[in-house]
Amino acid sequence: MLTKRIIPCLDIRDGRTVKGVNFENIRDAGDPVELGALYAAQGADELVFLDITATIEKRKTLSELVNRISHHINIPFTVGGGISSVEDVSILLQNGADKISVNTSAFKNAQLINQLAKEFGSQCVVLAIDTKLEADGNWYVYLNGGRVKTDTKCVDWAKQAVDLGVGEILLTSMNHDGTKQGFALDITATLAEQLPVPVIASGGGGKMDHFVDVFEIAKADAALAASIFHFKEIGIPDLKQYLNEKGIVVRI
Amino acid sequence: MKLVIIKYNAGNIQSVLFALERIGVEALVTDDEVLIKSADKVIFPGVGEASTAMNYLKERGLDNLIKGLTQPVLGICLGMQLMCAYSEENQTKCLGIFDEQVKKFNPDPQSQQHLKVPQIGWNTIYSLKTPLFTGLLNNSYCYFVHGYYASKGEHTIATTDYVLPYSAALHKNNFYGVQFHPEKSAAIGEQILKNFINL
Repeated sequence: MLTKRIIPCLDIRDGRTVKGVNFENIRDAGDPVELGALYAAQGADELVFLDITATIEKRKTLSELVNRISHHINIPFTVGGGISSVEDVSILLQNGADKISVNTSAFKNAQLINQLAKEFGSQCVVLAIDTKLEADGNWYVYLNGGRVKTDTKCVDWAKQAVDLGVGEILLTSMNHDGTKQGFALDITATLAEQLPVPVIASGGGGKMDHFVDVFEIAKADAALAASIFHFKEIGIPDLKQYLNEKGIVVRI
Repeated sequence: MKLVIIKYNAGNIQSVLFALERIGVEALVTDDEVLIKSADKVIFPGVGEASTAMNYLKERGLDNLIKGLTQPVLGICLGMQLMCAYSEENQTKCLGIFDEQVKKFNPDPQSQQHLKVPQIGWNTIYSLKTPLFTGLLNNSYCYFVHGYYASKGEHTIATTDYVLPYSAALHKNNFYGVQFHPEKSAAIGEQILKNFINL
């Protein structure tokens, strides 16, 4: 039976892992390859590397990093952060990335999804959506790392993107991210039930029961978290054991 | 031992090369006929779309070359599907090494399970046959990413359940194919690659 997936996310700046809360108090957390390999050894099902470097050297350092990661890590990994062209993706895949994630660039140029799916296959195109619940009761798409609001509803964008060829959705609730109060069960469930592609839930995982809920109640296919793993608040082996005890199929 | 990875336009070649490096095996990535024919073992990887890949192989004469190989050959993912008779993915006639057909997953939309296509993630393989799976336990986890599957048939040497039981691996004479990605399947995948090297 296909398992639910546990995915640690590593934020990368200038080739190093960084830890921080809401982009503040960012500090160095070591070599992403070492940390990624540690998570892989502990039973992580996939890894996501999100590059938050903002320099023009970015493309080169990222492709070198991806090359190093793929030499050392024996599980799949996704690379995201500022990817905006077929050429960007081609370089990352050639260096060993399994999937890439696009966000703002795809929203601004939806045909990018189509081009990527055609060129490389839907299976390697992940759409990251940052979404926020507004006072009107709707979830809206935000861009540029959550700084720019749009008038597009999350569900509408997700459906359009799936039609264009994305193979997976990485859904981050800005209302929940960093709170450790649990994942956004309602919007995750909406997407998981309405979309024909897998949904990775992100934002809010703080306790092991939150993962149970996001899999059982929201029907997420995978759950992503960063700080709880980096700060060793929850160990991946413990989490998987717990999920297994709760009857959720995981790879142990 | 000379190990060759067939170079063509279908993805994940680097991943396979790096996985082999991790288990201490050097491989050459090439589309040169002489080098491929003279290799001891050949890996035929692949991620992508069937008709585009088949056209590319045909244009370069790699289709007949692969069919005619006599040393152990391992097709991975799309590589395995291309070794089958036919793929529903853009109605593609494939290499025909295995008689099995490649079809699109078609989950029942009314089902409570709400299975997604493509299947992405870790699933178990069982009913394991041939030395390709030496040392593996039944129901070992492997990593899959695919929207199309090879049906079960006489060449099936491993089975996985998703929507229905299908061929996780195929074998005929010197040809082996795996639907999952051994290069991404942690220690289990490394064991399978080692087993292929040791065939």
